[in-house]
Amino acid sequence: MINRRTFIKSSGLTLVAGTLLPSVFVRMADAATTKGRKVLVAVFQRGAVDGLNVVVPYGEKAYYDARPSIAIPRNEVIDLDGFFGVHPALAPLVPYFKDKSAAFVHAVGSPDATRSHFDAQDFMESGTPGVKITEDGFLSRALGGRKPTPLRAVALSQTMPRILSGKANAVAMPDIAKFGVRGEVSDAFQSMYKDAFEATRILKSADPARLQPENGAVYPPGPLGNSLEQIAQLIKANVGLEIAFTDVGGWDTHAGEGGAQGQLANNLRNFAGAIAAFTKDLGSRMGDVVLVTMSEFGRTVRENGNRGTDHGHGNVMLVLGGGVRGGKVYGEWRGLTPAQLFEGRDLAVTTDFRDVFGELLVKQLGVASLKDVFPRYDVKPRGVMG
Amino acid sequence: MKKLLLAIVALALLTGATSSNPKLTGRQRAEHALNRLGFGPRPGEVERVAAEGVDKWIARQLQPESIADAAVDAKLAKFDTLKLDNAAMLDTYYKPIVAARRAKKDDEDTEETKGLRQKSRRVVGELTAQRIIRATESGRQLNEVMADFWINHFNVFAGKGIDRFLLTSYERDTIRPRMWGKFEDLLMATAKSPAMLVYLDNARSRRDAINENYAREIMELHTLGVDGGYAQKDVTELARVLTGWSIDRRSGGFVFRPTLHDRGAKTVLGVRIAGGGADEGERMIRFLAHHPSTARRIAAKLCQRLVADEPPTALVDRVAKTFLDSDGDLRRTVKAVIDSSEFWDQNSYRSKVKTPFEYVISALRATDARVVNPIPIARALQQIGQPLYGAQPPTGYSDKADAWVNSGAQINRMNFAVDLASNKLPGVVVKTADARKLALQLGGPEFQKQ
Repeated sequence: MINRRTFIKSSGLTLVAGTLLPSVFVRMADAATTKGRKVLVAVFQRGAVDGLNVVVPYGEKAYYDARPSIAIPRNEVIDLDGFFGVHPALAPLVPYFKDKSAAFVHAVGSPDATRSHFDAQDFMESGTPGVKITEDGFLSRALGGRKPTPLRAVALSQTMPRILSGKANAVAMPDIAKFGVRGEVSDAFQSMYKDAFEATRILKSADPARLQPENGAVYPPGPLGNSLEQIAQLIKANVGLEIAFTDVGGWDTHAGEGGAQGQLANNLRNFAGAIAAFTKDLGSRMGDVVLVTMSEFGRTVRENGNRGTDHGHGNVMLVLGGGVRGGKVYGEWRGLTPAQLFEGRDLAVTTDFRDVFGELLVKQLGVASLKDVFPRYDVKPRGVMG
Repeated sequence: MKKLLLAIVALALLTGATSSNPKLTGRQRAEHALNRLGFGPRPGEVERVAAEGVDKWIARQLQPESIADAAVDAKLAKFDTLKLDNAAMLDTYYKPIVAARRAKKDDEDTEETKGLRQKSRRVVGELTAQRIIRATESGRQLNEVMADFWINHFNVFAGKGIDRFLLTSYERDTIRPRMWGKFEDLLMATAKSPAMLVYLDNARSRRDAINENYAREIMELHTLGVDGGYAQKDVTELARVLTGWSIDRRSGGFVFRPTLHDRGAKTVLGVRIAGGGADEGERMIRFLAHHPSTARRIAAKLCQRLVADEPPTALVDRVAKTFLDSDGDLRRTVKAVIDSSEFWDQNSYRSKVKTPFEYVISALRATDARVVNPIPIARALQQIGQPLYGAQPPTGYSDKADAWVNSGAQINRMNFAVDLASNKLPGVVVKTADARKLALQLGGPEFQKQ
């Protein structure tokens, strides 16, 4: 068992040695830039992104058969490994895949068969698929027994997401620059709400919002870019961040989804642009950061009558950052012919999302035991992290 | 013998008194009613309701049409869009945008399209203003609580398609006239409402290209509940039943298109259906409206809103029974919640955290604020996390504390309290001798509860 202290030390050594770090993250020799803290950033694509049009199995005929109007044409897919390729809107992320700092996991998801957005998101955030009575989120449980610091878990959102609810005492805020009470009554309020103000005090003295994007990074307009820029600021300001969470909607493409261009393409362009800007902005600090994306379920393999897709099952995740064994599409792929599909209609789930997160929590955050994080589940690490 | 009996009675009374919670005082009952069945007391209102009698006040609230509301009507009369039907709304605010877009070649925004879009924002703006004014100033407080409840239960997001132009009629013509009638009628009206048909995509679902979105949500969210006993197969079959339920793009009204309807045989929840038209869907919606799982779900949601985040099972069971026994009569169902001992229990008093909407409106009422301009209030609701008509997922907003209690949201509430108390919200006027004290009261932990 590795405790946090030895973990930081050993990972610090590997970082200095530089063996596991992709070239794009300029050697992280100076651990002081993030004070050696490892950070996990989770991005939830709410509404169920159509993973088959994100990481496209363009080597498969059944994909084109099922999607006459919305498939990504072979000549527009950006190849990853000869079988999978990405949607052209993901071009900004391709260099990170090529230099092995980014990986995808395909046919991943929750074992629960629900096609309800609400239930599926709930299960993915509670970390207990099929069990509704779980009160807290798994990222909150992951921070469990460790000494709480006010800003170790931050959700860039108006309300506290399920995934961080619980004893970790995470902070939810839509705008780090405006987090605080205006005016002189602030002091009086501090005695009423102690917890809320510890975080504001730290933010006030570190003032992360003053930090400009570095390395020429330009965040695209929109909520995701806005949130990721702020997460980067928190990382750079050393406020003690360990887990950051944000979400982005607009993926529920029941109608008019589009192919290489259109509704999904526009959303993906913004999505990829924001993540690429975040990676560029953090530069060498990215060696201590892993960003992972998730979405409640995938969408039907077959397009529907409105040139869109309905609620499905298996989906895709992106894992990007220091220590990631990238340049690979992980996951067992069963195929898209009707007999290979889940319930005859959806991509089958062959990797449990908890396997991906479990591995990240252990290797990135040094979580000693996953027993309470994912109760009654035996995590099978897929080797996504080195 | 007589003595023994008396002793037993006395003992029973004594144990009764120790085991059950102390009863709420008359003043507490008035405050509790004003908080839960309204948007909080105005200055002096607790005393007035206590003096009049809480039961009398509630009886009147359950008959909202008996309460005069002329002042609010007069105030809302200046909002022109509130009077428009869907056809006029689309003609005035939507079609000019489409025409202007068509007239130009590229995707670039011109001054003209920008101007038209700006003008069209008035529609949701006035609708939002209307909700704020009614909740704050109407004497029909329970009516506004139920409007908030049903608009949220049958959530439609203003950002979906042309829904921003259809919500005005949806609220005015579909929801509000049916909140005190039969659930079946309310459900049927929402199913046929253009706003819902657009929001959950049924308008685009057709025989050879079904869209399951609405079929799923009507069962999961509007009626049975996710554990209410349906399977994926039922979703697909119900979607087939509802093919052809669409909207007329010209008038913005409901239309059934027989040519798009799947006339084949279907089985939904064991009910076999074939060969009909719009009557197939009507039959299934009636079936869903009277299902025992629906009774439980509506009962549980009402109890969660009015009594407790985790309402006692026994209470939910009794309310569900009233729902079924009364053929889904919503006035009687709501009354069953209010008449319950659980509603008046000491444990219930000041035990619920206000949603942002409840918090903001209760602050306006507590301070007797004069709202000339509702826009800063709408903006505050957005900042505290509950923009009206802004819930994207069909679940609507949560009625439970854990959705709203976190330090970020608390800070936003404190900032609203500071701004309101110090008259920093333009067009919202509060009279106070001590702005600091008022801010601390409105922003403090006690005022977050009801």
